[in-house]
Amino acid sequence: MSGYRLPAGGRIDRAAPLDFTFDGRAYRGFAGDNLASALVASGQMLFGRSFKYHRPRGILGMGTEEPNALVTVDRGATAPGWGRATPNLRAPSVALYQGLNAQSQNRFPSLRFDLGAVNDRLGALFPAGFYNKTFMWPRSAWEKLYEPAIRRMAGLGASPTTRDPDHYDATYAHCEVLVVGGGLAGIEAALSAAQDGGRVILIDEQDELGGGALADRALWGELADKTMALRRLGNVTVLTRTTAFGYYHQNFVGAVEQLTDHLAPEQAKGARERLWRIRAGEVVLAQGAIERPLVFDGNDVPGVMLSSAGRTLAVRYGVAVGRAVAVMAVHDSGWRDAMAMKAAGVGVVAVIDLRSDVAPDLVAAARAAGIALHLGHAVTSVSGRHGVSGVTFAANGTGHAQQLAVDALLMAGGWTPTVHLWSHAKGSLRWDADWGAYLPDVAQENCRAVGAGAGAWDMGSGLALGTLPGPKPIWQTKAFVDFQNDVKARDIDLAVREGMRSIEHIKRYTTNGMATDQGKTSNLNGLQIASGSLAKPVTDIGLTTFRPPYTPQTFGALMGHHKDALFQPIRKTVIDGWAADHGAVFENVAQWRRARYFPQGSEDMHAAVARECLAVRERVGMFDASTLGKIEVVGPDAAEFLNRMYTNPWKALQPGRCRYGLLLREDGFITDDGVSARLAPDRFHLTTTTGGAARVLAMMEDYLQTEWSDLDVWLTSTTEQWAVIAVQGPLARAVIAPLVEGIDLSPSAFPHMAIREGRICGVPTRLFRVSFTGELGFEVNVPAEHGRMVWQAIHAAGQAHGITPYGTETMHVLRAEKGYVIVGQDTDGTLTPDDAGMAWAVGTKKPDFVGKRSLSRPDMAAPGRKQLVGLLTEDPQDVLEEGAQIVADPDQPVPMTMLGHVTSSYHSATLGRSIAMAVIADGRARDGQVIHVPMPGRTIRARVTASTVFYDPEGSRLDV
Amino acid sequence: MMRFSGLNLIAQAFSGHQAWPEQWPDKAPKASYDVIIVGAGGHGLGAAYYLAAKYGITNVAVIEKGWLGGGNTGRNTTIIRSNYLYDESAHLYDHAVKLWDGLSQELNYNVMYSKRGVLMLAHNVHDIQSFKRHIHANRLNGVDNEWLSPEECQAYCPPLDISPNARHPVLGGALQRRGGTARHDSVAWGYARKATALGVDIIQNCAVTGIRRGADGAVLGVETERGFIGAKKIGVSAAGNTSVVMNMAGLEFPLESYPLQALVSEPVKPIFPCVVMSNTVHAYISQSDKGELVIGAGTDQYTSYSQRGAFHIIEHTLAAICEIFPIFTRMRMLRTWGGIVDVTPDRSPILGKTPVPGLYANCGWGTGGFKATPGAADLLAHTIAHDAPHAINAPFNLDRFRNGRMIDEAAAAAVAH
Repeated sequence: MSGYRLPAGGRIDRAAPLDFTFDGRAYRGFAGDNLASALVASGQMLFGRSFKYHRPRGILGMGTEEPNALVTVDRGATAPGWGRATPNLRAPSVALYQGLNAQSQNRFPSLRFDLGAVNDRLGALFPAGFYNKTFMWPRSAWEKLYEPAIRRMAGLGASPTTRDPDHYDATYAHCEVLVVGGGLAGIEAALSAAQDGGRVILIDEQDELGGGALADRALWGELADKTMALRRLGNVTVLTRTTAFGYYHQNFVGAVEQLTDHLAPEQAKGARERLWRIRAGEVVLAQGAIERPLVFDGNDVPGVMLSSAGRTLAVRYGVAVGRAVAVMAVHDSGWRDAMAMKAAGVGVVAVIDLRSDVAPDLVAAARAAGIALHLGHAVTSVSGRHGVSGVTFAANGTGHAQQLAVDALLMAGGWTPTVHLWSHAKGSLRWDADWGAYLPDVAQENCRAVGAGAGAWDMGSGLALGTLPGPKPIWQTKAFVDFQNDVKARDIDLAVREGMRSIEHIKRYTTNGMATDQGKTSNLNGLQIASGSLAKPVTDIGLTTFRPPYTPQTFGALMGHHKDALFQPIRKTVIDGWAADHGAVFENVAQWRRARYFPQGSEDMHAAVARECLAVRERVGMFDASTLGKIEVVGPDAAEFLNRMYTNPWKALQPGRCRYGLLLREDGFITDDGVSARLAPDRFHLTTTTGGAARVLAMMEDYLQTEWSDLDVWLTSTTEQWAVIAVQGPLARAVIAPLVEGIDLSPSAFPHMAIREGRICGVPTRLFRVSFTGELGFEVNVPAEHGRMVWQAIHAAGQAHGITPYGTETMHVLRAEKGYVIVGQDTDGTLTPDDAGMAWAVGTKKPDFVGKRSLSRPDMAAPGRKQLVGLLTEDPQDVLEEGAQIVADPDQPVPMTMLGHVTSSYHSATLGRSIAMAVIADGRARDGQVIHVPMPGRTIRARVTASTVFYDPEGSRLDV
Repeated sequence: MMRFSGLNLIAQAFSGHQAWPEQWPDKAPKASYDVIIVGAGGHGLGAAYYLAAKYGITNVAVIEKGWLGGGNTGRNTTIIRSNYLYDESAHLYDHAVKLWDGLSQELNYNVMYSKRGVLMLAHNVHDIQSFKRHIHANRLNGVDNEWLSPEECQAYCPPLDISPNARHPVLGGALQRRGGTARHDSVAWGYARKATALGVDIIQNCAVTGIRRGADGAVLGVETERGFIGAKKIGVSAAGNTSVVMNMAGLEFPLESYPLQALVSEPVKPIFPCVVMSNTVHAYISQSDKGELVIGAGTDQYTSYSQRGAFHIIEHTLAAICEIFPIFTRMRMLRTWGGIVDVTPDRSPILGKTPVPGLYANCGWGTGGFKATPGAADLLAHTIAHDAPHAINAPFNLDRFRNGRMIDEAAAAAVAH
C-alpha cells in the first residue's frame, strides 16, 4: 500500500467523488480520474497478472502504452443473454464514473493468490519458443493431453458470452487538414492550418486536449489559451476520446470516437462508439512520444513504472505513487519528472542515473529540492512481490551494492517517437542516434509529422540502452522487455543464439511486441538488446512493420451499421408482402428473399409442391419472377453487341421476338443464360439469372468499355424497375385475356417466344409469351410500382380458373420435368454448351463471341467430358440426393472412380415418380445404361437417359 | 542438430538454455548447387528438406530475398483441410494432410498441428447442394467430411448463432474433423532446421535478380544481389512474386497477385474450439493457442504487390464475423496485416515443370497455400528429383490453361480456398 492522494493539485474535481469497485471491493475516486489513478490513489498497486508466468503486475504507463493493467469492465446486463462486459481494457484509459465495476484478469482464484503463478516458479522450463521443442512424445499425448493443456492457458480476459445491446455509429468526413494528436504541437498545427480557412479536424485520444502538457503545470495557462482559441474557430472540428487507428491509401484515416463508455450506464444514451472515415487533403501527425522502460532485474514488480506515469499521476491527478519514491534515469526527463513530482508534494527521495555527466542545472536543481543523487549508478534489483519495498543499486551496476528503502521506483529510459500512423502510410524512417529511436523521414502521402513524434521537441538528452548494466549474466536475470507477454532480455538473447537474426524472427520467436500494446514500450528495447547480442548496429537488424490499429478497436465500431438487418439488406420484390400474407415459406436466393412454396393447412413442402405442380399442369399457376435480372440494352449497335456476347446469333432476331441466350466466360464455360426480347431495332430487354444480374452487367460493361469501345450501346440495369408475374398453364391465356388491352393474344398473332407491348389492368406492360414450365405461359412485366396491384388482379381473375400461386421449389420441379437447366445448379462453371446439351445454342458460323476461342482448346472437345443427362431411379419412389456421386462399379475400393454427380433431383407429381439430372462422363453415350449412386449404407441404381426432357418431349403443350 | 525433447528442455534449463545451437546456420552462397529453390517460405524450405531427406539431393540452396518464412507462410490464418471437390484437388490436399500428421515428429519440431476440425457453414439451398456434393465426393475419395445439422454445428462451435431469424441462417455445415490449424512460423523454422542439418544452405537477404539460361534454353543458375549462383535445376516457390521471377526466365505465367488481409483480436480465454468458414457470409475464424481470434479477410479488388489492403475489406469482414457470432461485437481488433496471393484463372495451383528445361514452378495457391505446405513441398521435390511430376501433381500443370483441362474448384463450388 504505497500510493495515496495528495492533499491538493491535479485536474480532478475533488468536489465530485465517484464510488466504484475493483474485484468486488469498494473504492472512491473523483471526477477527472481514470481507473488507474483512482486505484493508485487508494493504495492499490497490484492490477493484474502477466500472460505467461502470471506474475503480479502494476501499472507501467499512464497512456495507451500500458501493457500490464488490463481489466474487464462490466457495464451490466440489460436483459438475459444481453450484456456489456468488455475485457482487456487498459486501466489508465478507462475514465472513472459513478458505479464503475472492474475486475482483474488472468488470475484464479484471486489477484493476490493466483494458482497460475506456478508457471513463474517453473519459468526456467518455459523460455521463448519452448513449445517447439517439446510435447512431441508420446505422439498420442499431443491431442489428448498437451494441446488441450496449452489451449486452456490462452488469453487474458474472458470473451463476452452474451449479445451486445449497444449500437455503433459510422460516418464519413472530409477536410483540408487532419491533425492527429492534441498536444501543444497538434493544437498549434490546427490553429495554423485553420488560418487558411479550410476544414480542419483535430483528433485526440484523451478526454481533454493537451497531451503531455497536462502533466506540466507550467504549460496549463498556455494550453487553456490555445484550446480556447481553437474552440472559437468555426472551421475546426475537435474530436476528443477519438483514436486515429489506421492510415490507409490516399490520405484515408480511420478513427474511432468513444461516445458513452466514460459515462455511467444509466446516463449513456445513443451509440457507444463512432467510426470516422476521414479523407484529408493533408495529414499532420502530432502523436508525441512514449517513454521507454529500463530493462533490469525486477523491473516488473508492481510499483516500478515509467517516470512519466509517476509525473502524470502527481501533476494531472494529484496522486503520489509512493511515500518514498526513487527515479532510475538514463535520460534528462527523469530529473524533470522528479522535480515536478517533488513540487507537487511527492516524496521523491533519490535520483539514480547511469550517466555521470548530467547537465549541471539539473543536478543543481535536484540538489536544491533535497533529492539524493547517485550519478553513475544503476538499479540492480528490486525487493517486494506485490509491491516495491526497496531497491538495490550499484556504481555502474557492478560496483558495491547499496540499498534504498522506497515504495516506488520510476524508470526514465528515454523516449520513442510515435511513428505508427506515419509507417502505416509507408512513410520511411531514419535512425536518430540522439533519440535512440526511429524518426519520420520521407512521407509517401501528403503528410508531415510535428512535435515529439517528429523528433522536434526538446525532451532533453539521454542514453539509449538495451539493458541496464548489472552484476549477473543476462540469463540469470528476470529483466522484462515485453511485460504483458513476459519476454525477458534473456529470451531475446536466446533467440539470437538459436539463429534468429532478423528482428521479425526475434519478434515471432519471443513474442516481443505482440501483446495488446503491440510493442509500444518493448520494440525499441528489444531491438537494442538484439543489437547487443548480434553485435550489429540496430539499423542492420531491421524493424518490425507497424500495422493498424494503433490501439485495439472494437469490432462493433469497425463494422458500423452493418449488422442485423443492415448486414446485407434483404431484397424483396413488390409482391413479397402478398406472399407473406398468404403463408409463403421463403428461401434466400442471392440477396433476395423468394417465396419457396405456399403451404395450405398442414401441408409440408412435398405436399405443397405436388399440389402446385399439378395445378400448373392441369389449370394455371402464377409465380413471382421479379427477381430475374434485367438489363435494357439500347443503341444502334445493340444487336451487334449481343451477337458478340452470347454464343448464339442475334442480328436477325426481329423486333417483337424473343430468344434464349447463352453466355460464356472467356474460358468457354457457361456463366449465365436468359430469354431476351428485341423491342425495336435498337432496343433489347435482356434477362439474366437472379444471382447473376450484377455479375452479367459488370461483365458486359467490362467488354463494352475495354474491348469494344467503338460500339454505340448503353446498358441500364432495370431489375428493380419491372415486376414480373409468370402466368403458366393451359388456362393462362383465359386468365389474362380480360385484363389485357391492345395486344392480340391469339396464338397466331402472339406465338411462343414473342413479346408485345400494351396495357394490363390499365398500366403499361411488356408481355412476354415464354415458358419455363413447358406449359402455355406469359410473363407479365409491369412497372414495379404496379406489380402488386396487377398480381392481385390476376389472382382475382384467376379464381374462376383455379389459379394457384407457386414458389421457387415448384418452378424447379416444373422446369426439371422439361429438362430446362438452371445455370449454377445443373452447370457449375466447368460445363461447355455441348456438355450441357446445348450445342444448338452455339452460332458456329459467327466470327466471334465471348469464349469462342476457348472452346477450340483440345480438352474442350476431348472424349470423356462430363455431359448433362437425365437419370431415372430403378425404384421410382427413390429420390436421389442432389450432390450425390455416380459410379459405374459400386464395389470398387476407395478412392473410387467417380463418373459425375446428381445436379437436380425431385419427386414429380405429374409423372408419379422421381426424376433427376446429372452430369456424367460420356453421359449421352451411356443412354440406357445403369449407373450406381453409393450412399452411406446403400447403393441406388438408376438408368441414364440421354435426353433430360421427361415430360412432353414434343413441346405440344407450349404451342397452343 | 541438438535434439528437441522435454527431457532436453529440462536439462538445458539448468544451464540457462545457454547450449542450444543455431536452428539454422547463416550461409554465404557457394558457387553452385545441384538444386536452387527460390523462396524460403514453408513450401520452398519443405521442398529443400524433402529433396535432402527423400531423394538424397543435399547440395541444395534456398534463396530468399527477405527473411525465411516472412511471406505468406508467416501471414496466413493457418487453416488446414483437404475436403476439396475434385479428385485432383482432394488427392493433392489430402496428400498434405497425411504429411501434416506426424510432421512434428519427423522434423523433431513441434509445428502444433491441431486437428480441431474445420466447419464450413451452409446458409442457403445452393450451399447445401454444393456441400452435399463435396461430402459425397470426399467420402468416395476416402477424405473425411460430414454433414452436421444446425444444432450439431452449434454443439461443435458454441458461439455460433443458429437463429432462424439471422440474415443468413445456418442451415447446416460440412465438418472435416482432421482439419484444423498449425503454428505457421514453426513450420518454416522446423523445415529450415532439419533441412540445414541435412546439408541444405539457406541464404537470406539475397534477392534473385535474373535467371541465366544456356544456348539450349536450359537454366544455368540465378543472378542474385550477391552474385551468380549456378544450378541445373531451379524450383520457384515465390508465391505472389512468382510471375516476377518467371519473367526473368522469359516466361509469362497466368497469375494475378492481390493483397489479402487478415486480422487478430486481443487474446481472450478459450471461447472458440474449432475453425469456422462461411463462404456465403464471407467469414473465416479460429482462436489461436495464445487466445486471439484469428480472422481471414478478403482480397482487394485490384491487383497489387503492396502488402496492405483497403480498410473497407476490414469493415466487411468484421461485419460478417459478428453476423455469425454476435457475441463478439465488443471484442477488439488488435492487428491487421496483408500478404500477396498469386491467383490462377482456375484458382488451382501450378505445380510442375515449365517450358524452360530445369525450371520448376510451385505457385498459384491463391488464398489457400498454407494447408498444402508439406504436400506441395514433397511434390515439388519429387518433380525436381525426377524431372517429372508425381501422379498427384501431374494434373496441376501449366498446359491446362492451353488445353482447357482446368481444375476449377471455385467455379465448381463457390468455395474459396
